[in-house]
Amino acid sequence: MRLEVDITGKTFRSAAGGTHEVLAPVKFALQSGEVGVLIGPSGCGKSTMLRIILGLDHDFAGHIGRPPEARIGMVFQEPRLLPWRSVEQNVRLAAPDVVDAKLAELFRILELEAHRDHYPGELSLGLARRVALARAFAVEPDILVLDEPLASLDDALAGRLRDEIATLVASRPVMTLLVTHSLDDAVRLGDRLFFLSPRPARIVAEVPIGIPRDTRGEAEIAAIKASLAQRTQGDRTEPDAS
Amino acid sequence: MLRLLSFALFLAIWWIAALLVGGAKLPSPPAVLQVMIAEASSGALFLHLGATLARVALAFTLAMSLGSAIGYLMGRVKVADRLGDPWLILLLNLPALVVIVLAYIWAGLTEAAAIAAIAINKLPTAIVTLREGTRALDRSLDEMASVFAMPRWRAFRHVVLPQLAPYIAASARSGLSLVWKIVLVAELLGRPNGVGFEIGVAFQLFDTPRLLAYSLTFAAVVLVIETLLVQPFEARANRWRPRAA
Repeated sequence: MRLEVDITGKTFRSAAGGTHEVLAPVKFALQSGEVGVLIGPSGCGKSTMLRIILGLDHDFAGHIGRPPEARIGMVFQEPRLLPWRSVEQNVRLAAPDVVDAKLAELFRILELEAHRDHYPGELSLGLARRVALARAFAVEPDILVLDEPLASLDDALAGRLRDEIATLVASRPVMTLLVTHSLDDAVRLGDRLFFLSPRPARIVAEVPIGIPRDTRGEAEIAAIKASLAQRTQGDRTEPDAS
Repeated sequence: MLRLLSFALFLAIWWIAALLVGGAKLPSPPAVLQVMIAEASSGALFLHLGATLARVALAFTLAMSLGSAIGYLMGRVKVADRLGDPWLILLLNLPALVVIVLAYIWAGLTEAAAIAAIAINKLPTAIVTLREGTRALDRSLDEMASVFAMPRWRAFRHVVLPQLAPYIAASARSGLSLVWKIVLVAELLGRPNGVGFEIGVAFQLFDTPRLLAYSLTFAAVVLVIETLLVQPFEARANRWRPRAA
């Protein structure tokens, strides 16, 4: 299975009648088992790009190659749970075919067992995020899309949740697309990093990480980050980088 | 407890007023109760009440289902909204009396004409409320349903309908009170039975005890339906909301 993204442009017509370019030409592809990371400043058009890839926005120029039968699991920036359904119902509604054992396993990994019957309004943001993760994994997706799944969580919780995501992603062959502005998350979770420019977004650099995810220790991660930091700083000193 | 107290206060004020004004204009509570019992034991009270309730049930169901469907459509589809809006404004501002009189003239003094006229009066408010509810639907949840490829019916039942439930409850409540009022006018003008007809007769005879007996029984039935049917539904629709909101 392969995801091909070839967006040649996306403009947005404002109420005042002006047109704004949101996306410059963006082209990349992902294979099954790969984790691609889109990194860019906030407001650069990452979410717009995701909406186009997910088929929520058809008003763009270009082409998205995605097998029509591919199942998508998505973790939105906000958890987007149904407030009037319990945690378990929220997961089951998105994944009606999930077997009880699998669901129990997911709830165990994400430490949600005690919250099965709670309503989303009774959960903290961290817990709600975990429910959203459980929902995305319960559908056994072919394509997993994570839009800033760790934003606005404290470091300790974000770290734990990140490890849980890594475990889940490694547990089955899935193509993952992660959107983040955190270099740390990108280096720890990604196989290939796509650095995006400010709006209109285009890919300024595509960086594959050679070391497999599960063998990356703290030292390797620090080294990769250091080399990337050097690189991005180098970009900034170039006068016509963007 | 407070409700009971408030009811007792109402009875007390009525009784005192009756003593001050005199029995011909405002009969005392026991006098009205006497008429109620007499009408009930002859069966007339239940016959008329039943006829009125049947009309209310039919007209209300008709208006609610049709109005909800049209309102949802107008909230979702822009063209439908544009096309329907002038009709809606016309219907909203059309006096109930005009609709009832025209219905009787065009369709004869029939049951169908009465029910249709009552339903038409309720229809536009149901449409407006449901249209607002549909416009207020959370787009981000629609997107969630679409990304997770939820079948249309499941998405409607679990994503859309719970969001509309408070609007449906509000529309049911306001609609019911509107229908309660209009049904009596429709009966007064062109039906041979029902609470409205009886009130018309009582008015012609200046029979205040009878008038009050029928209207108060009617009000009591409305109150019971409100507390036993409408309020539980509202509570159920809002069950998931955090308490004390």
